[in-house]
Amino acid sequence: MLTLEGLTVRQGGFELRADFSVRAGAMTAVIGPSGAGKSTLLSAIAGFIRPSAGRVLWQGEDLGPLLPGERPATVIFQDNNLFPHLSAFSNVALGLRPSLKLGPAEGAAVEAALARVGLAGLEGRKPAALSGGQQSRVALARVLVRARPLLLLDEPFAALGPALRAEMLDLVAELARDTQATVLMVTHDPADAEQVAEQVTFVDGGQALAPVPTGQLLAEPPEALRAYLGQRKTRP
Amino acid sequence: MRYPIIAAGILAIAGAVQAREKPELTVYTYDSFVSDWGPGPQVERAFEEICDCDLKFVGAGDGAALLARLRLEGERTRADVVLGLDTNLTATAADTGLFAPHGVEVSFDLPVAWDDPLFLPFDWGYFAFVHDRKTVSDPPGSLRELAESDLKIVIQDPRSSTPGLGLLLWVKAAYGDAAPELWEGLADNIVTVTRGWSEAYGLFLDGEADMVLSYTTSPAYHLIAEGDDTKAAAAFAEGHYMQVEVAGKVASTDRPELAEKFLRFMVSDRFQSIIPTTNWMYPAVVPAAGLPDGFETLIRPEKALLYGSEEARRMRDAALNEWLGALGN
Amino acid sequence: MAGRARQLNLAVGAGSAAAAVVLALTLGTLGAVAWRAESAARLGPSDWAAVRFTLLQATLSALISVALAIPVARALARRRFAGRGVLITLLGAPFILPVIVAVLGLLAVFGRAGLLSQFLGRFGLPPVQIYGLHGVVLAHVFFNLPLATRLILQGWLAIPAERFRLAASLGFSERDVGRELERPMLREVLPGAFAVIFAICTTSFAVVLALGGGPRATTVELAIYQAFRFDFDLGRAAGLALVQFAIGAAAAGLALRFQVPQATGGGLDRVAGRPEADSPGRRIADTAWISLAAAFLLLPLGMIVLRGAPALFGMPPAVLAAALRSVLVALSSTVLALALALPLAFAMWHLRGRRLAGWLEALGYLPVAASPLVIGTGLFILFHPVVDPVALALPVTVVVNATMSLPFALRALVPAVARVEGRFGPLADSLGMHGQARLRHLHWPRLRRPIGFSAGLAAALSMGDLGVIALFADPEQATLPLQLYRLMAAYRMEDAAGAGLLLLVLAVALFWLFDRGGRVNADT
Repeated sequence: MLTLEGLTVRQGGFELRADFSVRAGAMTAVIGPSGAGKSTLLSAIAGFIRPSAGRVLWQGEDLGPLLPGERPATVIFQDNNLFPHLSAFSNVALGLRPSLKLGPAEGAAVEAALARVGLAGLEGRKPAALSGGQQSRVALARVLVRARPLLLLDEPFAALGPALRAEMLDLVAELARDTQATVLMVTHDPADAEQVAEQVTFVDGGQALAPVPTGQLLAEPPEALRAYLGQRKTRP
Repeated sequence: MRYPIIAAGILAIAGAVQAREKPELTVYTYDSFVSDWGPGPQVERAFEEICDCDLKFVGAGDGAALLARLRLEGERTRADVVLGLDTNLTATAADTGLFAPHGVEVSFDLPVAWDDPLFLPFDWGYFAFVHDRKTVSDPPGSLRELAESDLKIVIQDPRSSTPGLGLLLWVKAAYGDAAPELWEGLADNIVTVTRGWSEAYGLFLDGEADMVLSYTTSPAYHLIAEGDDTKAAAAFAEGHYMQVEVAGKVASTDRPELAEKFLRFMVSDRFQSIIPTTNWMYPAVVPAAGLPDGFETLIRPEKALLYGSEEARRMRDAALNEWLGALGN
Repeated sequence: MAGRARQLNLAVGAGSAAAAVVLALTLGTLGAVAWRAESAARLGPSDWAAVRFTLLQATLSALISVALAIPVARALARRRFAGRGVLITLLGAPFILPVIVAVLGLLAVFGRAGLLSQFLGRFGLPPVQIYGLHGVVLAHVFFNLPLATRLILQGWLAIPAERFRLAASLGFSERDVGRELERPMLREVLPGAFAVIFAICTTSFAVVLALGGGPRATTVELAIYQAFRFDFDLGRAAGLALVQFAIGAAAAGLALRFQVPQATGGGLDRVAGRPEADSPGRRIADTAWISLAAAFLLLPLGMIVLRGAPALFGMPPAVLAAALRSVLVALSSTVLALALALPLAFAMWHLRGRRLAGWLEALGYLPVAASPLVIGTGLFILFHPVVDPVALALPVTVVVNATMSLPFALRALVPAVARVEGRFGPLADSLGMHGQARLRHLHWPRLRRPIGFSAGLAAALSMGDLGVIALFADPEQATLPLQLYRLMAAYRMEDAAGAGLLLLVLAVALFWLFDRGGRVNADT
């Protein structure tokens, strides 16, 4: 279980509070207006920002003293998920060994992960020689080899077209099931949430609300969420 | 606290090792003396043949920089002999108390009498304006004629250059209180003032000026080394200021005999015959074989000007202020 | 957060060590001179006149360098032509030339007997009057126009191509583009470029004297020289050096208040399509600016080549040995310059936003305003009681040259480190890439271009420097610039011209090799 215990994060004049838990293995979408602090919430969990109060706990263990790389989490950013000077293979391998010194078994695991995301044969390519979708797949292959229990995605496929994005989200859902990961995914599109997330936490006014089942929230959105969703007609 | 003892031990051993080897004589001099094209290498070879010692030259800028370095080092200096000061610096050098009498008796071939107990001349020359005969067919016959002419000249800054200071004292010695007027007359002739001799002479050779402040012996280089007889120095009626270059024995030397041996060698034929075609100056004692061919073509000023070292020091600052006043505004 | 603290401490520790070296060499040597002085500093009216002239010529030189660099940089930013890359590399050459070589090259073009005067003479016109304040400014523009162009060009290329496309789609005229896109960029870039060049010009001395035409052109550095060797007044020398630092510090303060652009070669090949500048008139104007700048900078270089070529292949062995020694000194000081600059740049990144980062950056600028004579004298005073300074001639040269090139290396490295850490730092953190792993797989591949550029600059600057060696010079260990001066002092002006060309070739070659080495196979 991921627990945000009286968490307060301050950045400049901005403050975000969160106080809730997420069940292990759940897939939670984080939505809200831009500037509401969705990414800030993820950064605090990932360890990039030090909270001014409260704690982040995973299975009861305080993550506070851990560096980002030591936390039981894999992060996928909006962009810059790959090092442009390294091949697809090396970019995935970094998830296992930051030194890139792999044993034979580890090398095989990297190749298997790339094959699993449909990139068999493209191991040697650098990001510039891969399409946008393929680049995302490399980042996802790294999720596989890291096999960390937490997966944090920060609007990961915003640059992709709708069809490709839907495909990627499905792949994420599959991988999460395979690895039994607990997923937090920031998105600005409620459709993403509807597609893959079982529950949604809504961030607005400096507050991240406890997650609510997706269907329920979108069917009867609270006032603030209605304003965010605008004229969009929610499906029953 | 043990380190000084260890250090002393190492020094003692090093000293013992050195004692068994040839004694070393350290001579501080100006940089161009030690260069591959200066007298240094030949002098070193010649002296080491007769001294059973290791002669080590240390070069430091020009004469003034040499004295500054010596003053920085004070009594801790490693120098046994300092070679390359001139009469504009010897008064200050004597005041440092770092020099001991040289004790060498010799009759010099200098246009002026010499009886300084601390410093011994090794060469000398006259400052002069050098021109190219092809472009200046009718050179001026005096400083005043130069000032009244349209000729363009390059000179050196007295604050950073030895010849620059020489010209300052030349004008002062020739014109006394009227020096500022002469400088005002020269102002429109001066193309520019350079940091050192090299820059000025380079500009002259590149055609930037008709004449350059240098030495009466400069044309000898072009004649002897390049076979070029177009360069000449103009003889001036007021007389020419001299530069006398000297050496002295450092009082704190631990090899006083060797230092004296070097000074005696310095005024001997062997050393003196190296000077004319490496330093391009007149030897302080003309060697038995006479001056090299070509030197006879040089002008010999009828009147030599030179302040005594005390006088030069007294004159210096006032002359500089006059110079700055005449050219600075 | 113990791990993070460790990382921070390491970066800050290494940065502080580098900062201590810089501090010791600049203010430390100044302190040594002041401590050895027999009397306190007393600056007279002539010293203050030197300060005024220094400020005047440095202000004019920096203003004109920057003003001329704007149209040249704009033309280079929006035109693509064969040889553009080579031209940009060659434009860097004046900056790294030894003063005496550059002055003789300049005078071969602009002097009384130079090309320009000969050309005018054919029409019965009098020769160019180059000597005076305008001559000093001309020489400083020659040295610094390339630097200014490079800095401003960088600002131009930093404007995203999309914005120019947007402007084009909105039908912007050249004036609109100027107002909306270029002027805001220039407002950010120009003050920094001005301040850096101003600081460089304040310590100029031999150029100023040679072209200044007389003692009116007395700078602070010349006054320091006079205090030291003419009056042996160490107190005054130290006082003047302090004034020089204050002027430099004021310039550095200016540069820090307004962001200074980076000077790397990165991105120089990207040319945004610029329909608004596509008219024949604009094209002719740009071509004219590029041609004029190229002629102004390359003609004197060409004259150096012409003058030196006859003697180049008959160089005496002593000159060749000195050249080899200079190359070794340059390579060593390059390594040291990077060893100082990289920790400083990383420390500044880790301390960003804190006051200490500002101090570190200011410290990195300090060597620009340092007097080589004071550094040399200070080191001499410090070393002499302990060891024979002559034995340290080459190591001291290495250290001082490295420090002198530090400000320029930092200009390239600080923004590059910020960019790499800003873009890929979180990913590397999240993957647990620290120490060796981060160095090998993130920093080296991403920073090799600016490292190559800084290394090239450090090597080239070191080749040409003479500054401090004078007091330490060991007759048997002469460097190439010293050997060049010795050739001149021995009347051998033709050999000296050959040595000058050799120096130019070696400096440009070293710069090119490092700069190139940083780019080969570098993915961006």
